[in-house]
Amino acid sequence: MNQNTTISPEEIKDELLRSYPAKVAKKRAKQIIINSVDKATDEVPEIMANVRTIPGILTMRGCSYAGCRGVVLGPTRDILQITHGPIGCGFYAWLTRRNQTKPATDKDENFMTYSMSTDMTENEIIFGGEKKLKAAIEEAISIFHPKAIGIFATCPVGLIGDDIHAVAREMESLHPEVNIFGFSCEGYRGVSQSAGHHVANNKVFTDVVGLNDTVKEGKYKINLLGEYNIGGDAFELDRIFEKCGITVVSTFSGNSTYDDFTRAHTADLNLVMCHRSINYLAEMMEKKYGLPWFKVNFIGAYDTAKSLRKIGEYFGDKELKDKIEKVIAEEMIVVEEIKKDVTTRTTGKTAMLFVGGSRAHHYQELFKEMGMKTISAGYEFAHRDDYEGRKVLPTVKIDADSRNIEELKVSADPEKFKERKKASELDSLKANKNMEMNDYIGMMPEMDENTLIIDDLNHHEAEVLIEKYKPDIFCAGIKEKYVVQKSGVPVKQLHSYDYSGPYAGFVGAVNFYKEIDRMVNSKVWKYVKAPWEKETQLAATYACD
Amino acid sequence: MIAKEKNDPTVNACKLCSPLGASFVFKGIENCIPLLHGSQGCSTYIRRYMIGHFREPIDIASTNFGEETAIFGGRENLTIALDNIIKAYKPSVIGIATTCLSETIGDDVPMYLGSYVNDRKDLVIPKLVHVSTPSYKGTHQDGFYATINSLIETIAEGGEKTKTINFIMNLFSPADIRWFKELSECYNIESIIMPDYSDTLDGEYWGEYKRMPEGGTKIEDIQKMGRSIGTIEFGNILSEKGGAGEILESKFGVKSYGIGFPVGITNTDYFFSLLESITDTKLPEKYRKERGLLIDSYVDGHKYLFGKKAVLYGEDDLVLGLASFIRELGMIPVVIGTGRKTGLLEKVINEVIPDYKSLNISIIENIDFEDIGRIAQEKEADILIGHSKGYKVARDLNIPLIRVGFPIHDRIGGQRVRVLGYQGTQELLDRIINAIIEKKQSDSPVGYMAM
Repeated sequence: MNQNTTISPEEIKDELLRSYPAKVAKKRAKQIIINSVDKATDEVPEIMANVRTIPGILTMRGCSYAGCRGVVLGPTRDILQITHGPIGCGFYAWLTRRNQTKPATDKDENFMTYSMSTDMTENEIIFGGEKKLKAAIEEAISIFHPKAIGIFATCPVGLIGDDIHAVAREMESLHPEVNIFGFSCEGYRGVSQSAGHHVANNKVFTDVVGLNDTVKEGKYKINLLGEYNIGGDAFELDRIFEKCGITVVSTFSGNSTYDDFTRAHTADLNLVMCHRSINYLAEMMEKKYGLPWFKVNFIGAYDTAKSLRKIGEYFGDKELKDKIEKVIAEEMIVVEEIKKDVTTRTTGKTAMLFVGGSRAHHYQELFKEMGMKTISAGYEFAHRDDYEGRKVLPTVKIDADSRNIEELKVSADPEKFKERKKASELDSLKANKNMEMNDYIGMMPEMDENTLIIDDLNHHEAEVLIEKYKPDIFCAGIKEKYVVQKSGVPVKQLHSYDYSGPYAGFVGAVNFYKEIDRMVNSKVWKYVKAPWEKETQLAATYACD
Repeated sequence: MIAKEKNDPTVNACKLCSPLGASFVFKGIENCIPLLHGSQGCSTYIRRYMIGHFREPIDIASTNFGEETAIFGGRENLTIALDNIIKAYKPSVIGIATTCLSETIGDDVPMYLGSYVNDRKDLVIPKLVHVSTPSYKGTHQDGFYATINSLIETIAEGGEKTKTINFIMNLFSPADIRWFKELSECYNIESIIMPDYSDTLDGEYWGEYKRMPEGGTKIEDIQKMGRSIGTIEFGNILSEKGGAGEILESKFGVKSYGIGFPVGITNTDYFFSLLESITDTKLPEKYRKERGLLIDSYVDGHKYLFGKKAVLYGEDDLVLGLASFIRELGMIPVVIGTGRKTGLLEKVINEVIPDYKSLNISIIENIDFEDIGRIAQEKEADILIGHSKGYKVARDLNIPLIRVGFPIHDRIGGQRVRVLGYQGTQELLDRIINAIIEKKQSDSPVGYMAM
């Protein structure tokens, strides 16, 4: 028999902070927030985010190299990627996130199954590694004949003084047919992988986007930014767009190609999925090429419908709007049918999400559709705007870590800037709150009162949350998965999807409903206690109803 | 056959970095937490890699270097990290391994640790064991061995001799490590197995959170290793280079025996006879019987394997053991490759397979999967034996891959793969034969049900 005790979020917060030394506790107190939302203004309390993890505290975060090479450029199949550094980093970034890709023909290039490394040894650490890097580029060109090569710097590179950008320029002058560019994504830069996203955005913007003015055929042309095709999400979205008559010029960067990147500026609109990892590119493209952007969310069937309607609203064309309504109506038939069945078993169950810089927000929608409640959530590498909304951007403190990542000065391109909407049209779109033009409302305003918002959750804190709340499901990554499952709570990985998916769009929502139903109602946990060792279990419920 | 030249880049590497090897060993010490001194990405990547294989919680802390740390040195970060780990985990040992970053800037970690301990004379603090593991020097194997050496250098003590035998592990699976425990029981001998991650990296369901998983070699046992009757250390190349066994022998006079992996009949026979002579204990009936069963399967199975060409890749001492085993069945290891570079592989292969030249066997150090794929194709290999990263080659050539070693990320049960002893060999043998049969069966247009 379960015995329920009600615990307030304040008590949990105290408990979380109790075991820390005073200095650590003081800092963590600002990163653990009890949510409250002013319904009129969407004002939420301030949270401390994007600050360094304290040494010795087991964090979920990765490094700048991981964010650049792994997250943003990893899903691109035909930019040949060379890791400049000792062997570890290149090996670990080799085809590990389950980014799917689908070359159009057998002849199309796909380098995703390769991991090239300069495999630096002591000799290069002492005498410099530029020579070896040049040799690697020569070899890469002679074997693969790629259109483009990206060079990714690991920790020692910056320290020993290798200039990867100079090497890129020099090699490009020898091989003008290959676009060669370097990413200064040394692991110690910034506070997490988020720094690497920014580095990646900058280089893709300056060296790739805008090189090809060939306009793709299509009436409503969009780019999808911050969609990495985990588990085939981008395939499902491509399917939906095609059905609606919307043309995707380029996805950044799920199932993407170099050529699509080069002509992304010819689209009419940028849709931003993962705000954290790619808002820089959206902003810069707006300034330079005149593409407006807005935030979308294709996680959850209802949010997918909502996002599609936003696109219809933006183009303002009746034909498109009607088509979108027709598609939504068609797709929702199956969604509603499965949902009706699944919710009989999932309603009232609880979830926690600690992942990413957007996913902890997006996936709450799916749980909501299943009648499940998110009782605590937080991001791994997000900034304040991802929690509180972009309106706080002017008040975000720029610390030394952020200053280390270059902020590009961008102005309108004299030839390629093209006004997509008149200022008055943009203004009226901006006035429509549902459109979220150039804006992101953030996660906290959409979460319930008294839920616990925790930035950069660590091991010890996860342990306390699990023990106190006993959620029905915990969403995180592989590093958290097994420790949480050892304590009897199933974990859904939202980085790799546990190699399932897709979860985006309408088909994705149905997949997710079924998957979560299976997980929260699994029989496995019933066998944990042998018949001779059954005992009363104590579990707390949440106080945020 | 051409291996990588000095300046060649690596395409799909066949080796991992040394801090990963260090983390393996530290996870095999009771109540120990590894701490990587450098960027947090190192501990995150290594955790992800190990967790993907073992499917267990694996805590590896980091000193979380930032830009200023990289410029001004990591002393303060190290101090803060140690303080926090001690408070949160209450470990008995903290294993501090360096990374490329802290090594490149030349952080003097032993000095930092010395003064950390000095400043806290009144406090009980865990044992701090440091190992230097820059990934630009050596591979994960070198990190593994260096960490064992460090632990023994720091902790082992001499004294009155006991009847205990030391088993120094190589990068074995938890299931293979468990086999050493079981045979110690069967022989009724005292043994110290180090490192022992058989429970920490392959544990039961807990039911409630544990700060540290149970298991691992006890500190008291590492202390006692200097008093044992002898050390058996696994790895021919390892012992050529001088491993922990040698340290125990030169410091405390504990006789060291460096032997190959006990895989296949010859190697396992050698291991058991050595064990018999050191401990003066007869081979238990259980193993005599296992040997008999294995011989019987060799008789049944070798018709499927004779003349088949295999590509072996991975850690040098593993491929050496595998090569010796598959030769017993008449298979030809057309490629014996390792990502490590010692200059010793050919020499030790010559001892095991003296006719390797006439068999046209390519022995390659510093190999990558580009080399492996190319040579496997040229030599028309029938099967690959190694870890998951060979999958691309197996797929391109449409031949089976038998997964052994680390990492195994595309199958379940990497932690339970057995290769050691008569029974481990038996399991491996069955898997190899069945893969060959399955390929033949599915390639057949008829669909025979008896093979």
